Order: sequence, then C-alpha cells, then structure tokens
Amino acid sequence: MNKPLTQHVRPDGRPLTLQEYEKAGGYAAVRKALKDMAPQAVTTLVKESNLRGRGGAGFLTGMKWSFVPMNAPKPKYLIANADEMEPGTFKDRILLENTPHQLIEGMILAAFAIQADNAYVFLRWAYKQAAKVITTAIEEAYAAGYLGKNILGTGFDLDMHLHTGVGRYMCGEETALLNSLEGKRATPRAKPPFPQISGLFGKPTIVNNVETLCCIPHIVNNGAEWFKDLSRGSDAGTKIYGVSGNVKRPGAWELPMNVTMRELVEEHAGGMRDGYRFRGALPGGASTDFLVEEHLDVKMDYTSVAAAGSRLGTGTMIVLDDQTSVVGFVKNLEHFFAQESCGFCTPCREGLPWVEKILHTIERGEGKPEDLKLLEFHTKYLGPGNTFCALAPGAMEPLQSALKYFRKDFEMLIHHKISA
Amino acid sequence: MLTLEEKQEIERAIHQVPLRKAACIEALKVVQEHRRWVSDESLKDVAAFMDMSPAELDSVATFYNLIFRRPVGRHIILVCDSISCWVMGYEKIQAHLSQKLNIGFGETTLDGRYTMLPNPCLGTCDHAPAFMIDHDLYRDVTTDQLDAILEKYT
Repeated sequence: MNKPLTQHVRPDGRPLTLQEYEKAGGYAAVRKALKDMAPQAVTTLVKESNLRGRGGAGFLTGMKWSFVPMNAPKPKYLIANADEMEPGTFKDRILLENTPHQLIEGMILAAFAIQADNAYVFLRWAYKQAAKVITTAIEEAYAAGYLGKNILGTGFDLDMHLHTGVGRYMCGEETALLNSLEGKRATPRAKPPFPQISGLFGKPTIVNNVETLCCIPHIVNNGAEWFKDLSRGSDAGTKIYGVSGNVKRPGAWELPMNVTMRELVEEHAGGMRDGYRFRGALPGGASTDFLVEEHLDVKMDYTSVAAAGSRLGTGTMIVLDDQTSVVGFVKNLEHFFAQESCGFCTPCREGLPWVEKILHTIERGEGKPEDLKLLEFHTKYLGPGNTFCALAPGAMEPLQSALKYFRKDFEMLIHHKISA
Repeated sequence: MLTLEEKQEIERAIHQVPLRKAACIEALKVVQEHRRWVSDESLKDVAAFMDMSPAELDSVATFYNLIFRRPVGRHIILVCDSISCWVMGYEKIQAHLSQKLNIGFGETTLDGRYTMLPNPCLGTCDHAPAFMIDHDLYRDVTTDQLDAILEKYT
C-alpha cells in the first residue's frame, strides 16, 4: 500500500460509499482509537509520525494539536480547510470528490485527539461535486453511528457540518477562515492568541488541511514508523504532487515524499510538450519562489525545497516554458494577489496593485529602468514582518525569484521598448 | 420582504451556529439562491432579520466575490483567469465568449441569459483552460466547443 490516500480513487470518479469504504478497511482506525486509545495517545502517535501540514505551511500536525488545552470546557472545534484556492493547486479536490469518508474518518480522529465536539468542512464555492459528495457522506456517517452522540458506544460525541464559502482566497488563511465561519469578512486575526487556544467563537480550534486529515486514519492503523517509511527522505509520508502548464501529461500523483522535480516533470508529466522548453516552475502554487533548470534534481520535500530557496507549498507545480512571457506570467500572479488582498493592512492593499501596474507597464513595452528598482523595493517592503498575514509575502516570492532568475526578460522589454 | 420559505431556510442556518449573526453569509446565500442577486432592499430585509445594521451586513456582502450586489443574468459564466489557465490560453476562450455573447467581464447579455465573470483558480489546473457555467465545470476547453456548450443554457 504505497498510495494510501488515493488507492481507492476510481478512474470514473465515482466516490466510495460508506459500505465500500468500510469493506476496504474504512473506519477501523476510528474503532481502534475511540475504543482502545486515549486522546493524548493519538496526538503522540501523529507527533511521532512526523506528519507535516499539507496546506502549504508544513507545520507539524501533532505539535499543532498538542497546543489545545485538554481540560478546556466544550465546545471545541475541528475544521477541515477545504478552501483550496492557491492558484495552480488541485490536489484536495481529488480527495474531496473521491474519498469523502477518508476525510470524515480523519476528522473524527483529529476531533477525538483534541476532544472537539463540533467539526466543520469549510469548502470553497467552486467545488460543486465535492459539496454533493461530502453532504451524502456526512449523512451516511450519521446514520451508521460514526457521527452524533455516543459514537460506537464510546461516549464520544461529534457533530459535523459542511460550510460552503462564497469566494475569496483569504478564507484559506486559518484565522480569516474562522472569521468567515463567524459570518464576518475574511480578514486575518492577530496571533497570539493562537486558534488552538482561542479560535472559532473564542473556543479552542484546530484547522487542518484536507490532505493532512486524510493521512490520519492510515497513521492510526499502521503506525508512525510505517508512515515515515512511505517517504524516501526526512519528511514523512506520501504527498499528492501535481504538474500543470505546457507539459505532455498534466496531472496529480500520490508519490513518496522526496521525489525530485525532474521525476515529476519528465516521468510523471511526460516532459515538455513538443516545441516547448522548461525554463522554471513554481514548486507549490502561486505563492512560492521560482526554481529553475539547475534545481531539477531538488527533492520535493519541505526541507530540500526550502534549502533551494523556495517552498514546497501545496506540492502542485506550475511550469514556466520558453514560449510564455515571464513578465506576463508574474503579472497574472500579482493581479490575483492584488484582487484577493483583504485590504486590512496598508502595504498589501496599496502595494500589490502598484506592483501589478508596474508589471503591466513593462509588459506593454512602456517600462523604465527604475521600475526594476521599484519592484525590488516592494519585494522587501511587502515581505515577511511588514504585513499582517502571509498573503503579500507569498505574493512577493514569485516576483523576487523572477527578478533573480529571469532579469534579462524584464530588461529586454524595458530597454528595447517592446511588448511581451 | 423575505418570503416565508427564505425565512425558514435562514432559520435552519441560524440553528447550526451559536450566534445569530454568524449565519449572515448563509442568509445572503439563501436570498441569492431565490432571487439571483441581493438588492439594496433585500439587504435591508436580511439585516433586520439577522439583528444587524444594513451597513454591517453590506460590509460582509461586498467582501465576497460570489455574493452579487448587482443584477446578474440567468446563468453565470465563471472563467478561470489564474496562472495555469493563463499559460494554457484562457484569453482565447474569453475572447471567443465575449465575441459570441457581445459582453465583457462583469457584463450581462441584453436578453438576460448570461453574466460573464473572471474567477480565481478553479482548482482543475491539469485540465486548463477551464470555466464554469452555474454548477457545471468545463475543462480542457477549446474554442470550437463553445457554441455547443452555450446552447445548453436557456
């Protein structure tokens, strides 16, 4: 079983029903944990498994859970972040549409570990098929006694709801997500207090990514060592990697953590389409730094990608080819970030539209040499430490690395007054 | 005036949360589901029902991309304009749709059939370019498929 998360994904996209999931061993982990394990033992196991958050930040999941005060009065909340909106990312969709009970089982286990009695799936608006599938699966789980009062006669109670969003990238940021669930604008909150202490409605709350939660049943069933051994490197488990852009076979594949960029692009995605040359890629969504040809042998795990100057992010790569304008590529990204800025803090609200405008000017062949200095100024002043949340620093990652690796592309347009 | 049906649906959403106001996004969704968009009058009605000021509710309504505060057509076309779809040529798809329907982004056809909007990444990047019409997702789209797709919606 080297693809635990996607082993049951069917080519025709029919989701697993409750019976089919149970027949394949589903909900065994819930039986095991709720009947034979203490909540803290589940957290310890997940800590030992070295599972890191698959939403992009890569924080240790067990560690995150351990910050929840166990003696705090209920309610406590467990939230699945299914607001997959990072451009270039399409991995959670696969899990949501195909194996809803795997997510629900992971959520029950996480809720049990932190002793939460309320759970939400925060799903983005566009995932209509997923909304249908998850709704049915939650109903099935209630009917079978996996949700509700006194689950499997163990005395553990858990209610679960699906919340579908109404747009905005900001909802993926965990504290902004909490505000949105409370019926407010999705602006981020100051930390501390961290959501683990004071989250949804001021109660202890854990927000985990869908792929992260889907790993939990397998860790409970098979142990921490087994999970670590799935990987070929220091970061544990498998990862759903993806490649999009002008490659022969764009797609997503569950692979051992630690495959190289080259394996992804050349083997799994079949290499570049005829007539296109690889120039670089954002390894994990729109808010990660470009890696280029010299990095093709970098291993796609949190540590190695960071050492190469970028972030693993969501693990879904967007390829830049030689027929595509670098300036146009970056402008498209900055347009997205400028539009999705919540407007709460000034550098992000004012800086991002300015960056987009400068890039637009350069793209049209109307740029000036000092524009590059202005862009560089922004990469520093919109960087970490100067904004309220990670949106603007994330937006600066592709820009700063484009200026580093593809500076000539910018200069050509500026000096020769040609448009992209 | 909110209809009885709308009020009942909003009440159901309120039951799921510990604070009445927390269901205000759900309430806006209910009204939009029934009326396609949220007019100033509807906004005031919802605000009163939720024990909020209209200004407070509007600050929420106008924050989210998919709550419509202006009239929209019977069908909403959401064209993905994010990075993978841009690389794979969404602009050609959009140009074709614009020409065929005689509208740009943010506009509605004269017959009220379609409103076309840009949308951030639809999360189907391995099948770019992509767009949605209402609840239906179209992937790996080429311009020669567009006429047939548009005819499906009346």
